[in-house]
Amino acid sequence: MTLTATHLLALAPPILVCITAIVVMLAIAWRRHHTGIAIVTVVGLNLALLSLIGVWRMAPLAAPMLAIDGLAIFAAVLILVAALACATLAHAYLAQHSGPREEFYLLLLCATAGGLVLSASTHLATLFFGLELLSIPLYGMLAYVYGERRSLEAGVKYLVLSATATTFLLFGMALLYAETGHLDVAGLAARLGGELGAWGLAGAALMMMGLAFKLSVVPFHMWTPDVYQGGPGPAATFLATASKVAVFVVLLRLVITAPAFQDGWLHNVLAVLAILTMLVGNLLALTQSNLKRLLGYSSIAHFGYLLTALVIGDGLSVEASAVYLVTYLLATLGAFGVVTLLSSPYVTGTQGGEDTAALHHYRGLFWRRPYLTAVLTITLLSLAGIPFTAGFIGKFYIIALGVEAERWWLVAAVILGSAIGLFYYLRVMVTLFLAEAGMQRRDAPENWAIQAGGVVVLGAAALVVVLGIYPAPMIDWMHHIEVLVGG
Amino acid sequence: MTLFWLILIPFIGGLLCWQAERFGDLLPRWIALATMLIELAITLGLWFHGDYHLANAGMASDSVRWSMEWRVAWIPRFGIEVHLALDGLSLVLIALTGFLGVLAVLCSWHEIVRRVGFFHLNLLWILGGVVGVFLAIDLFLFFFFWEMMLVPMYFLIALWGHSGSEGRTRIRAATKFFIYTQASGLVMLVSILGLVFAHHANTGEYSFAYATLMQTPLSESTAMWLMLGFFVAFAVKLPVVPVHGWLPDAHAQAPTAGSVDLAGILLKTAAYGMLRFALPLFPEASQAFAPVAMTLGVIGIFYGALLACGQQDIKRLIAYTSIAHMGFVLIGIYAGTPLALQGVVLMMVAHAFSAAGLFILSGQLYERLHTRDMREMGGLWGRLGSLPGFSLCFVAASLGMPGTANFLGEFLILFGSFPVAPWVVVIASVGLVLAAIYSLLLMQRVYFGPPQGEGMLADLDHREYVMLLTLLVLVLLFGLYPQPLLDTTAAAMGEVQRLFGAVPQSTTLLTGMP
Repeated sequence: MTLTATHLLALAPPILVCITAIVVMLAIAWRRHHTGIAIVTVVGLNLALLSLIGVWRMAPLAAPMLAIDGLAIFAAVLILVAALACATLAHAYLAQHSGPREEFYLLLLCATAGGLVLSASTHLATLFFGLELLSIPLYGMLAYVYGERRSLEAGVKYLVLSATATTFLLFGMALLYAETGHLDVAGLAARLGGELGAWGLAGAALMMMGLAFKLSVVPFHMWTPDVYQGGPGPAATFLATASKVAVFVVLLRLVITAPAFQDGWLHNVLAVLAILTMLVGNLLALTQSNLKRLLGYSSIAHFGYLLTALVIGDGLSVEASAVYLVTYLLATLGAFGVVTLLSSPYVTGTQGGEDTAALHHYRGLFWRRPYLTAVLTITLLSLAGIPFTAGFIGKFYIIALGVEAERWWLVAAVILGSAIGLFYYLRVMVTLFLAEAGMQRRDAPENWAIQAGGVVVLGAAALVVVLGIYPAPMIDWMHHIEVLVGG
Repeated sequence: MTLFWLILIPFIGGLLCWQAERFGDLLPRWIALATMLIELAITLGLWFHGDYHLANAGMASDSVRWSMEWRVAWIPRFGIEVHLALDGLSLVLIALTGFLGVLAVLCSWHEIVRRVGFFHLNLLWILGGVVGVFLAIDLFLFFFFWEMMLVPMYFLIALWGHSGSEGRTRIRAATKFFIYTQASGLVMLVSILGLVFAHHANTGEYSFAYATLMQTPLSESTAMWLMLGFFVAFAVKLPVVPVHGWLPDAHAQAPTAGSVDLAGILLKTAAYGMLRFALPLFPEASQAFAPVAMTLGVIGIFYGALLACGQQDIKRLIAYTSIAHMGFVLIGIYAGTPLALQGVVLMMVAHAFSAAGLFILSGQLYERLHTRDMREMGGLWGRLGSLPGFSLCFVAASLGMPGTANFLGEFLILFGSFPVAPWVVVIASVGLVLAAIYSLLLMQRVYFGPPQGEGMLADLDHREYVMLLTLLVLVLLFGLYPQPLLDTTAAAMGEVQRLFGAVPQSTTLLTGMP
């Protein structure tokens, strides 16, 4: 298949992001200007987002090694929105930073481009390329405030473990290639049929392992809390949102297109992993006293719920996972956004303090910053899946999916997981409202609400509530995606 | 649209209260009071102008009839609508919500002094959620409100509650309450979805509408499982004995307004849920389950009464009596005769009044003595002015003294259940004796015996006096002349009875005419 002008147009979003990255790089070389670079980044990301409207008209379309279909566009929207939010939060976060600030945006743009490629990939080569382009800048982002020991630790830890996971992925791909002689997913699926040989099974399992690491599915979840806790706010936000969305979408695509991944044995393993992920994630979150760690464990649990959609893999599952991803993304952006805003005055430089993440810093926040606390409360309620927030719609979908497929074990695990989850979400929430203690105070800047970062968190919280009360537009859109993928 | 406003008014009022806090403590209180008075006035207006007792009395029509209905599409993808409807039962319960809302605002007038605006936001949002539960007949919407009202209740207990003895902090109590109810709520969600997908499998359409789902043919075992899902959620909230663990803690630790709402209204949402959803949607399964449910009711009566006798904390004692009273309600619901069902309604209203009265009284005792421990009370009869007199009246109501509405409720339930389950009634009647014991124990230990201190304590002020007097008048009014209440709910209860398919009884006693 040759590359035509139409394909180029359809690939406009990643191309635009890459161009922005180059512009940012050149601009940094020419003159360092923090706000200027941030504006260029945001403009570039917005252009990419706008170009998606044009791409939407052309879909579905198969470019070489990439699919421009409903799912890819959906993932692109989420990744770009998350990247935009991270860029704006980063601007607030790095404002007080004395070290180099501009390179963060460069890394962010590269990782975004990687995410876009990854989520559209239909070929193992693009899958690998996208995954690495997404991960490698993340090492830098996580260790960005390298004067802070934990940040450095997070970066190095992620680097080592992620590289190990990648080797598993590569080995899996090699085995699959040896078995079938194909690298494109459609060809793989056709050759494998429903039957997996020993090598094919091993290959598929190893690939799953590599991807499961990125999603921090349970036996591969050890890195998550440390990295979330140590990484600077915006980097952790990106890791929790854009990176996970991209990896999940590609996994979803694999499972839908290649029935080999639906093979009985692998399928059961996936179901067990889903249940384990939900329960372990929630249980480990119970005793955390650091909000970022807690959110890390909670994200493990949320991907456990999402795996349910993969396990079931028919009927509503694309729609359900899409809705869930949207609600998860919004709530996570809001929660991490608040953490980032509260941390921003304390990131001073190479000897910068840790992020404001210890729960006692949040004690009585409501009586100082009522709206910021309202944002955090709403997003936590959404993560807990309480009505009037978008999270409830997501949970509704997951349970509906389980009930429809009559997977009672999964449904029971989701319910049990939610009940356990409530405990720690409530613990954080009530802390926000308790009487202030005389302990050290940490606070957001006075004018947080009118800064760009403040607008992001307020927007996320507003969307969480609006989509919680009136989810019809979101649901229609997701339904449309499913039609596009299925067709 | 009126129905929608009934839900909206408390929510808007709550937001106003929150924002009004910056103008002082008094403004939020007045706004909250005005909001609840408006709510009550609208409901009473609907009561006087609407026609509730002829809607479908005696008619065996196929579809459910509502006195008022309001619907708009909400999530068309799954056939979910904002579908509100009012009949006699929901009307009575909404009126009760409005009235107890007024009381809750009044009784926290001096008790709550911190973060007044935010307190009233939570209080009004609970009431808004409860009204939503009573009005929603789209199952999704019902669940939406059912879960939503937990959040403000959680904050109410966790932030303004009293810490009890060690290991029983208010946050722990609030969390326990939340997790019990939320988790059981999710089980109900699974059941709702199971029902919807069963309907989808039959017709190819998604619908959460009450009337539509009622027609769904289900196999016997499916119906049983789905019914159990609903039952679990309602049983936790009612509460039925093995799943009652949250109630004593939540009650004891909640502020007075929270206890009044919990006992007065939140427990009633569970009974309402059974009457409105569990029984009509799964009549055969419920019928098969009835013996188990009634047994649980009997266990609840004895368990609640026995544990009430052993409590030192006055609010825990009242909380356990609630469990006992709700045991009667459970028996009445699953007996399913018109007489028993009417008794259930009367019992719910009467219990709301008497429990609210007792909780308000214990709140006032706490304001004066700064303890809820009955070991530190005693001999208060002569030291408190008219408060002990009111206590005696409400305690008498609680033990089911003839002349109070509680007596009529219990009597109708027992009388109505006798033809269906004579043994259950015989055993449950013994519970009445226990009720007398714990009630008199309460009186004896708090007001009689050797006094613990000297001198007079503050007498009731006008606000407290009016609150208690109104409650007392209502208890006596419905105890002596319950006919208006019974007339209003007769049609709705007749409908439940018709769907539940129990033995029809003579209705002459209920409607007052042959």
